Amino acid sequence: MGDAAKKLPRIEINPKLCKGCSICVDFCPTNVLEMRGTCVAVKDLAACTRCQLCDLRCPDFAIQVFD
Amino acid sequence: MSVPAEKKEKISVPFDYNKYLRPGKLPHIWCPGCGHGIVLKAMLRAIDKLGIDKDNVCVVSGIGCSSRTPGYVDFNTLHTLHGRALSFATGIKLARPDMKVIVVTGDGDALAIGGNHFIHTCRRNIDITALVFTNAIYGMTGGQYSPTTPLESIATTSRYGNIEPPFDTCEMAKAAGATFVARGTAYHTLELEKTIYEALMHKGTSVVDIIDACPTYFGRMNKYKSATHMMEAMEKDGTVSVKQVDKLPPEKVAGKMLRGVLHKIDRPEYCEQYALLVQEKAQAKSK
Ligand SMILES: Cc1ncc(C[n+]2csc(CCOP(=O)(O)OP(=O)(O)O)c2C)c(N)n1
Ligand code: SF4
Ligand code: SF4
Ligand code: SF4
Repeated sequence: MGDAAKKLPRIEINPKLCKGCSICVDFCPTNVLEMRGTCVAVKDLAACTRCQLCDLRCPDFAIQVFD
Repeated sequence: MSVPAEKKEKISVPFDYNKYLRPGKLPHIWCPGCGHGIVLKAMLRAIDKLGIDKDNVCVVSGIGCSSRTPGYVDFNTLHTLHGRALSFATGIKLARPDMKVIVVTGDGDALAIGGNHFIHTCRRNIDITALVFTNAIYGMTGGQYSPTTPLESIATTSRYGNIEPPFDTCEMAKAAGATFVARGTAYHTLELEKTIYEALMHKGTSVVDIIDACPTYFGRMNKYKSATHMMEAMEKDGTVSVKQVDKLPPEKVAGKMLRGVLHKIDRPEYCEQYALLVQEKAQAKSK
């Protein structure tokens, strides 16, 4: 399968719920996320392995990763 | 078009927490980085695995930041008095033995003001699961030390370092008679989900001591840089799994808390004994 066929995940962030603790940024194994002010943002979607660690450790129900 | 089986498994479907949350109640009151939210999510995933109706679950709490949990979840819920959650839960379980009764309690709520209720619940071996959110501090009232604050730690009430030795919650639960005792952390969130599930499946009093972080008080006063730093230092590096402990050299285990299922035995459960007694006496009377 060529790179063109590689489907990117969808990372859903709820800015109304994110409290900017940065836990998801710090624990993402592939550096996909970054803090922008007090809310998390996606920096490098292609690097996401869909491991779900950001969702699992987010205390605020603010981030989820869909295939 | 059909998707090959091995590909199907790879598709990640995030857990639908909304199924168990009361609409419109988020954001919760907990501070940024507070471990209580991570523990709540693990609890919801564990309850989901039980596959039972929401109306057959009752979540009971006392007072504290952790005790705010029932306000967010869509089960039968009860937010009671400081330290008294286990007593209310005992009443609920006796009235409705078919109900899955879960107590959410802080380390202060469970072990300081509620210490007496804690030991006697364990002694009776009533079928209740107690989840103790151990952040080693009184979060809600501004960071006073609790019965689990480590020696030398700073709290609002121990400015020069705590001189009181902490309880080991698991040892105490075991000594008091709990038939399932385990420990988990917010950092090891999938392991925690599994441990809570096992606790919920156990018949009898089950206690899970859950190490989580209060960055606002414990963290700031004890010079942790962030919630992440606390999770790494206290939860990841401060604990070791019971499954690995025998394989590790003593220096890697010293001073660390054990994680996993630490104690599990069978002993007659209180509601069953109560029902048997009622039946026996009723039969004797009708003769
Ligand atoms: C009878 C009574 N005494 C004292 C208090 C004040 N109080 C409220 S919460 C709390 C301690 C909470 O600590 P913990 O149970 O560890 O929960 P956390 O807030 O850390 O999650 C105290 C002492 C109270 N509400 N009621
Ligand atoms: S799913 Fe994993 S890789 Fe993707 S953003 Fe979350 S933590 Fe990073
Ligand atoms: S862990 Fe959750 S609340 Fe914290 S920064 Fe990430 S999305 Fe926001
Ligand atoms: S005070 Fe501590 S325990 Fe309470 S919500 Fe804030 S971080 Fe959590």
